[in-house]
Amino acid sequence: MVKLAEWRGKEIFRRYGIDLPRGAVVRSPAEVAGALTGAGVPFPCVVKAQVLAGGRGKGGAVRFATNLAEAEDATRAILAMEFKGEKVREVLLEEKLAIARELYLSIALDRSQRLPVVMASAQGGVEIESVEESAIARVSVDPFPGLIGYEKRRLLAALAVSGAVARSVDGLLDQVWKVFVQEDAELVEINPLAIVGDRVVALDAKVIIEDDASFRHPEYADIRDDRTPLEEIAREKEIAFVQLDGNIGVIANGAGLTMATLDVLAEFGGRPGVFLDLGGTDDPRKVTEAFHLMAQAKPAAVFLNIFGGVTRCDTVARGLVDAMQQVPANERFPLVARIRGNNEAEGVAILQKAGVTSLPDLKESVQAVIAAAGGPA
Amino acid sequence: MSVLVDRDTRILVQGITGHQGTVHARNMKAFGANVVAGATPGKGGQQVEGVPVFDSVAQAVKATGANATCLFVPAPFARDAFLEAVDAGIQLAVIVTEHIPFHDMLTMYHYGRSKGARIIGPNCPGIASPGKTKVGIIPNVVFHPGRVGVISRSGTLTYEIVNGIKERGLGQSTCLGLGGDPVVGTSFVDALPWFQDDPETDLVVLVGEIGGTAEEDAAEYIGRKFHKPVIAYVAGRSAPPGKRMGHAGAIIARGKGTADSKLHALEAAGAHVAKFPYEIPALVEQYLPKRSAP
Repeated sequence: MVKLAEWRGKEIFRRYGIDLPRGAVVRSPAEVAGALTGAGVPFPCVVKAQVLAGGRGKGGAVRFATNLAEAEDATRAILAMEFKGEKVREVLLEEKLAIARELYLSIALDRSQRLPVVMASAQGGVEIESVEESAIARVSVDPFPGLIGYEKRRLLAALAVSGAVARSVDGLLDQVWKVFVQEDAELVEINPLAIVGDRVVALDAKVIIEDDASFRHPEYADIRDDRTPLEEIAREKEIAFVQLDGNIGVIANGAGLTMATLDVLAEFGGRPGVFLDLGGTDDPRKVTEAFHLMAQAKPAAVFLNIFGGVTRCDTVARGLVDAMQQVPANERFPLVARIRGNNEAEGVAILQKAGVTSLPDLKESVQAVIAAAGGPA
Repeated sequence: MSVLVDRDTRILVQGITGHQGTVHARNMKAFGANVVAGATPGKGGQQVEGVPVFDSVAQAVKATGANATCLFVPAPFARDAFLEAVDAGIQLAVIVTEHIPFHDMLTMYHYGRSKGARIIGPNCPGIASPGKTKVGIIPNVVFHPGRVGVISRSGTLTYEIVNGIKERGLGQSTCLGLGGDPVVGTSFVDALPWFQDDPETDLVVLVGEIGGTAEEDAAEYIGRKFHKPVIAYVAGRSAPPGKRMGHAGAIIARGKGTADSKLHALEAAGAHVAKFPYEIPALVEQYLPKRSAP
């Protein structure tokens, strides 16, 4: 899931011919004058923080400027902001257009139908979740013919557009569909889509690119996302690793088992701090890497819950013992294990020899790790 | 009979010459499955685990009569491999491969459907009917023939649950892993009717997780049409919104896909809900209909 900042989304839109306000990105107030002139942005202009979180307008992360000094001041103020925990690194400066009406348009995946769904509403510029269902048109699109004429006419009717504006939206729908398919997007959202004169202009861009399609899109590989630094390292090592608010690390194999383990931990008053899914690996090196990652998250205690099915318990146990020996003494943490399934007795014996007790019961082992982390919350 | 596959299912393994393909072809055979062929472009003529390898699926089908395929093909090539199988007349594909882009899966699903082909997965452990056959990677050791049907979105968690059921002396009719991706070829709603019609299944254990609305859809179906007892469990109650929990499909997005929503729907539909996985075996024992000895 690569969430793109607005300006990156708009760069993609531009490549597909989607109409945009004139604009430029800056990273310091000193760049403002040159950027405005270079992109031909007139005053008044809009100054927008490039962050991934929503609600920028209400949160003071979008400002207006009527002259260069104001634009520089607004840029300086926004660059100094931390918006919903995210440091602002880029600012987008854009022309302020005379908007007749604001619309909503998006394409996302409908998992139940296994089809992309285009959503359109004449009530744009507000969060789509706050728009009543009856005011949103949804059109499911078969990937084979793609978005076709009658489907577009339904969307145009829902947007209450006609004449030249309708023709503009019609062209836009084709472009947005192409972005969704060709860029392997999970979401393409334009909100608001503004009617300006007799055309429509994308005032915002929210694009999420699918991670799994990265083999087709090396251009997105270096984009900073909302992952933590450790999550970023884990991603490179192909380990499913999620940092949470608590202090107890969980290492398990399989996403379902890892989630279930966190649930049991939370139920008994433990606070999960790291979700680490080893997956179906039987590679001791990967276990070692996972263990190092966990150490860097500095958990108060770690619970290792392994069910050996495809993966054998003794292989995991061996990798674990290797990893423990490589972690410096001052970085070690209390460890509680539960290792069950294929070659269980050998796995338990290997851990035992290394001084780690493996308890067979999930409830008991969870309670033991909570105690090791300083007791329930 | 069993669900979807049986002793006479003739299995092709696409990607049999890779590490995963070789290991699991061996395991399938050890389970008693009828693995008849492998296919890897450019590697035709070899034997892997005593199974002949062909360059194309069409050749494999022609020579061996394969009628189901198990895919271990790396994600960038999975769409190609699946479409090749469909065009060669294969009607059932178990796709083990993880990280297939969902855009690829959309075209695979709809293309397959137009040709009458069914997909299990992707990113799934596959299907196993103890004593009969197995297509996929479900570990052989946890199984025991019996009357409990299992349908699950997860892998290891399912093995653990099945193992717990086995430790109570109860066995499984068919265990079906649907996969952890946002777009899967077979959902709970697709699979439940098969278990309804399967005379060897007396109870179904449904293992869901956060993300999407597959469990809510299942609940709607169970409430209206499913007449066997259902034990349901949903993983991810403590997961925060917006985070992808290991599976591509396990994410609470825009308020949709929470465990609570799924559990409420399943409970309202008459399923017996387990709060924790370790409660499932006892619930199975409690609700499994008694059968008089034959």
